[in-house]
Amino acid sequence: MPSLFTETGVVFGRYLRQTLRSRISVIFGLMQPLLFLVFFGPLLRDVPLGGEGDSWQTLVPGLLIQLGLFSAAFAGIGVIIEKQLGIIERMRVTPVSRSALLFGRVLRDVVQLLVQSLLLVLLGIAFGLRAPVAGVLIAFLLVGLMGASLASLSYAFAMRVRTAQEFAPVVNSINLPAMLLSGILLPMALAPGWLDTISRFVPFRYVVEAIRAVFVGDYGDAAVLQGTLAVAVLAAVSLTAGVRLFGRADA
Amino acid sequence: METILSTHGLARTFTTKRGTVEAVRGIDMTVERGEILGFLGPNGAGKSTTLRMLTTLLPPTRGTATIAGHDLARDPVAVRRRIGYVAQRSGVAADETVRDELVFQGRLYGLTREDAVRRALELADDLDLADLLDRKGAALSGGQQRRLDIALALTHRPAVLFLDEPTTGLDPGSRAALWDLIRRVRDEQRTTVFLTTHYLDEADALSDRLVVVDGGLVVAEGTPLDLKTRYGGSPDAGLQDTFIAITGHGPKPAEPAPLAL
Ligand SMILES: Nc1ncnc2c1ncn2[C@@H]1O[C@H](COP(=O)(O)OP(=O)(O)OP(=O)(O)O)[C@@H](O)[C@H]1O
Ligand SMILES: [Mg+2]
Repeated sequence: MPSLFTETGVVFGRYLRQTLRSRISVIFGLMQPLLFLVFFGPLLRDVPLGGEGDSWQTLVPGLLIQLGLFSAAFAGIGVIIEKQLGIIERMRVTPVSRSALLFGRVLRDVVQLLVQSLLLVLLGIAFGLRAPVAGVLIAFLLVGLMGASLASLSYAFAMRVRTAQEFAPVVNSINLPAMLLSGILLPMALAPGWLDTISRFVPFRYVVEAIRAVFVGDYGDAAVLQGTLAVAVLAAVSLTAGVRLFGRADA
Repeated sequence: METILSTHGLARTFTTKRGTVEAVRGIDMTVERGEILGFLGPNGAGKSTTLRMLTTLLPPTRGTATIAGHDLARDPVAVRRRIGYVAQRSGVAADETVRDELVFQGRLYGLTREDAVRRALELADDLDLADLLDRKGAALSGGQQRRLDIALALTHRPAVLFLDEPTTGLDPGSRAALWDLIRRVRDEQRTTVFLTTHYLDEADALSDRLVVVDGGLVVAEGTPLDLKTRYGGSPDAGLQDTFIAITGHGPKPAEPAPLAL
């Protein structure tokens, strides 16, 4: 019997090939953060943002989270289409592990997100971002885990709804406040007390702050530990929920 | 005779916002190895729901089933290894080639890459898909797509093949070709075929035995000849009339004239 590892690889291979075939989707997910980088980033250059580092070291970490939110949280759309075409049932009637069906897809989403993140950082560098390589690698690790969490929640939710029209508004109405409350464009240090308090309940805030810290090479900062913990808890909860919901017999 | 499939009181109720739908109310039946079973019934009778339960896709609300020696509820994975299923709506991705779909399916059944490639070529030869291997799903005709669906379901040489309305939407030539294919699969591998159809000529020509369901219950079963004799009035009766006699879903008998007061 093939292992979960092999089966995940088989499923991953199928979806990676599909992504490579329609490279447009990689650019599409990258569109929004790129627009912010190019048309908004330069405005911040001389604005005092209250954190360590310059404006690019503040903005690009936020854009990475925005990218994760928009790229991974919509992953479920693909499953809705596959469900309508009967492809999901065709796979579920085979003995392949249901967890592999989820993990293979999630892994593809993580790879896609990391490629997008790399493009974003490279463009950031062209605009003036400076960050240590180790810091960027840690950031990618955090972004990758966050992407895995969001994608797996997205698939679990997609298994529960019938149409993309039901799916997209819900994801959008969670994504936008989550994005604003994480201090993605400007640090939450600038926020009034009440806003700051609300934003403390949004896990992505800690991830942004951790990435801002590693982008200035401050690996010992408490924010790094907090961000890592936030993302680890998020990943544990989301992947468990994803496996449960994706594997439910009547999903 | 060797029983390959049996069900006892198999039932499924759906809960919707508008209340509950008793899609399948309790089905008892047995199917012998190597049989071609025609599973008939009017729209909404519960055919697809029954098939989805038997293929492990939908947990039954009540009842049990044993397929190829494995209990449906206790060991669904073992059941999956022994069955193939072609759904009412087929499951081929628009942007995958026939070859990639066949190989991927083999790998889902646990074949190594080389074995999956070899099996894909075998199936393509067998189901007349060899010239279409590099075609994408979106570029297949209805009949070609159905052949691919069946090839996918035959990847692991299942003991039972479930086909939900396999010939709906096909032209007469493609339908006849599919009948031949279904007979061939049964004859060569003693595969049991469990198929639903709304074409009664098809049920008549293809099935060894018919099970007619209505309102989620079995209302008649037997060979086509049996049913014609019993319900249609004579062995020469049309299956159409027989079907209507069984399900009562035909033109209503003339209403008695209201009594004048
Ligand atoms: N997921 C569901 N939720 C609620 N009701 C359902 C669901 N699936 C099926 N039903 C209902 O169960 C009944 C049986 O449906 P089913 O699809 O099994 O019929 P069928 O015999 O396959 O019909 P057809 O010949 O039209 O394909 C119908 O009344 C249908 O509306
Ligand atoms: Mg049906």
